[in-house]
Amino acid sequence: MAYRVEINGEVRELDVPEDMPLLWALRNELGMVGTKFGCGVGLCGACTVHVDGVATRSCSLPVGTIGDKKVTTIEALGESPVGRALQQAWVDEDVMQCGYCQAGQLMNATALLARNPKPSSQQIDQAMAGNICRCACYTRIHDAIAMVAEKGTANA
Amino acid sequence: MPETVALSRRTLLKAGALAGGGLMLSASMPMIAKAATAAGGTEATLNAYVSIAPDNTITIVARNPEIGQGIKTMLPMLIAEELDADWDQVRVTQADFNPQKYGFQFAGGSFSTPMNWMPMRQTGAAARRMLLAAAAERWGVAASSLRTEQGKVLDASGRSLTYGELASDAAKVAVPDPAKVQLKDAKDFKIIGRSIPGVDSARIVRGEPIFGVDTRLPGMKYAAFERAPTFGARLVSADVEAAKAVPGVEDAIVMKGGDNPELLVDGVAVIANNWWTANKAREKLSVQWDNGEWGSHSSAGYDKRAAELWAEPPQSELHKEGDVDAAFASAAKVLEAEYAYPFLAHVAMEPMNCTALCHEDGRIELWAPTQNPQAGAQGIAQQLGVAPDKIAIHITRMGGGFGRRLTNDYMVQAAAIAAKKPGTPIQLIWSRQDDIRSDFYRPAGWHRLRAALDANNKLIGFEDHFVTLSKNGQVPFEASMGATEFPARFVENVRYVQSTMETRIPTGALRAPQSNALSFVMQSFLDEVAHAQGRDLPALMLELFGDREPLPGTPGMGGMQNPGFSPPRAKGVIEKAMQMSNWSGGTPDGRAKGFGFYYSHLGYFAEVVEVSLGSRGEIQVHDVWVAGDVGSHIINPFGALNQVEGSIIDGIGQAVGLAVEIENGGAKPTNFHEYEIPRMPMTPRIHTEFVITDNPPTGMGEPALPPVIPALANALFKLTGKRVRKLPIDTSQLV
Repeated sequence: MAYRVEINGEVRELDVPEDMPLLWALRNELGMVGTKFGCGVGLCGACTVHVDGVATRSCSLPVGTIGDKKVTTIEALGESPVGRALQQAWVDEDVMQCGYCQAGQLMNATALLARNPKPSSQQIDQAMAGNICRCACYTRIHDAIAMVAEKGTANA
Repeated sequence: MPETVALSRRTLLKAGALAGGGLMLSASMPMIAKAATAAGGTEATLNAYVSIAPDNTITIVARNPEIGQGIKTMLPMLIAEELDADWDQVRVTQADFNPQKYGFQFAGGSFSTPMNWMPMRQTGAAARRMLLAAAAERWGVAASSLRTEQGKVLDASGRSLTYGELASDAAKVAVPDPAKVQLKDAKDFKIIGRSIPGVDSARIVRGEPIFGVDTRLPGMKYAAFERAPTFGARLVSADVEAAKAVPGVEDAIVMKGGDNPELLVDGVAVIANNWWTANKAREKLSVQWDNGEWGSHSSAGYDKRAAELWAEPPQSELHKEGDVDAAFASAAKVLEAEYAYPFLAHVAMEPMNCTALCHEDGRIELWAPTQNPQAGAQGIAQQLGVAPDKIAIHITRMGGGFGRRLTNDYMVQAAAIAAKKPGTPIQLIWSRQDDIRSDFYRPAGWHRLRAALDANNKLIGFEDHFVTLSKNGQVPFEASMGATEFPARFVENVRYVQSTMETRIPTGALRAPQSNALSFVMQSFLDEVAHAQGRDLPALMLELFGDREPLPGTPGMGGMQNPGFSPPRAKGVIEKAMQMSNWSGGTPDGRAKGFGFYYSHLGYFAEVVEVSLGSRGEIQVHDVWVAGDVGSHIINPFGALNQVEGSIIDGIGQAVGLAVEIENGGAKPTNFHEYEIPRMPMTPRIHTEFVITDNPPTGMGEPALPPVIPALANALFKLTGKRVRKLPIDTSQLV
């Protein structure tokens, strides 16, 4: 059956099985490849998107359960001031090595700052613990989030 | 330095006009490639392409694959520096695989920096000289009266021309001899030494398609591959009908492979319009496997066999100096210990994947995340009987490599599946389970060590009986130990002997191959020696190095002469790490510091770890001090520090919790819950300083990793009095 899902402000039709994870609908049906496949079972965070603003693992989210909730992916992250500021910090601080996990890291970091604009160092650690970076750029991911939290989004 | 001059003298430059005007400069550097890890001994060239367009953009072709090591940013920096370009006008494009045009295209072994340091700079300097000559002719003045700055040629009166304005004229200038062009004085460097963000980063943070698995082609289908859980197993029969009946599944094909895991192994390919559908349909397959003799293999079995082999005479001798038997016979004290380490997986974040299209005329085109496209092409040619010139490879950016993508079995698999569906592009993706369970693992290894001390506690004898793995009787590179492994050549009587056990567990290079395991064994056992002498490991190391001069060089990569191991450089980083970490000062209650030094990939690293145990006995690493000597320049501090920090966390993660246990001839872990990669909360503070020495710069991808593992193990000994002799660390043995 066909589902209608609002993704990045646009209603998209998805004629997929109800248990198909959103990740594979995005990547294979819609050609939106910014959201990454890492583990398939919610352990690594590479596939993180926002569902009604909440960081959610798209590899474990069946399309049939999304209903009228609003999905935001990395492709639209730059539309929010926090997302834009984090993207800029990621580039300026040269956060990444291979870069593959960074879409998930950015989505999770944006959700963190949206609910807690001034997280402590420990709160950043805890909030980001679900996102694996195999290159281990953790120091820089942490510092880029802290920098945006401190400076705010005025210059974004 | 002699090795780079020798290479640079053979650099050939060719200039030409760009279509539409402008300058195209290609540098060709013939060399003999002897990449020990993967490439084999092949003739190769190392080519650079730089073009300057009339619109003033400078395009530099990135020849080597980018796996996150930063090479796509760093090599162009070398050209841009000597060209005196404005970094903002530089564009970097990824080259396709084309050995005729680009020469040696490879990512591994931390080779790229030492191999490219001089040739890339010479290429940039030659282009700059041609632009100066073009300006001199335009203005009718001597080139020596002109200077360059940020992509412009200027004269004393303040006139200026951009490189873009000069490029077409420069294409007509005689090409200078690259070995004779004046290079910049290091004090004038504006780009080398500057922290420059990765050239792809802006696209990555926007989620743009850039990785191999992001490849999208019209009419593309997705494939998943079911293979035996036991390595070396053969497919007996398969019922694929139920899988084929799943809606969305287009086909399920029995694939018959061979014995070589680097090529196609037996399995079933499921092809669907969505990868999730294809992968899920694997559950409907019914496949009978013949495990043969390999189904009984296990990590526990290897441990047991290693102990048996230690009790037998060794099978071969790797290294001998002095009279070891006499040294042990005369010893006042003998230390003995057994060390072991497990198989490890690479788990690059982007699972193995490759997109392949078999054209109707038999040509095969691939979009491949590969560290070693040449080997991939050779494998496909061998497996499918296709002529190498019928295989085209587009190199994509990779979501990590760590050595896994030096082996290209997944490319062969994708090509073999695509060959069954001519005209249809096929994207093969492995699940994470496939990735962990079908790796080419860091081999496990076993060492029985002995050390002899005389009545004055001097280390007079050292012996290692190394038990390792063989395939068809041969010990692969990654499972071998070099004859010069430290402390060979620094202790009077040394003997390294070896015994092997046959396996079919696929093994391969993992970041800092050999070194990532041998560092733990040797630096931990030497810490035992130092302890028995009543002192600490840095003191023992400094004594062993003494006033020794650098050792003779050895033949290296690309016809280069590698510099020999330098005791003065080793002492430099050891002393630096001791000073940075306040080694001889106090440590807070409940904490302890440990030390490790290792030399690999031409880089010298000394590291100190400060550790405590948490309330549940868990290991807490608080601080790591890193002193590294990789030569005269840190070309891109951003990239260099990223590599150090990544290596440190990677090494700690391996020591604390990573192992691929072999059970029933297959790998036991299935996903990240059973193979626990470090996460942000366990990140220590990492303090890095580079000791700058007058040596050509060398690579950063690997050498910072090895010493952190023994440093952690030695810190735990200091803290608990318990020796860590087996990885990963079993914290229950520390209390």
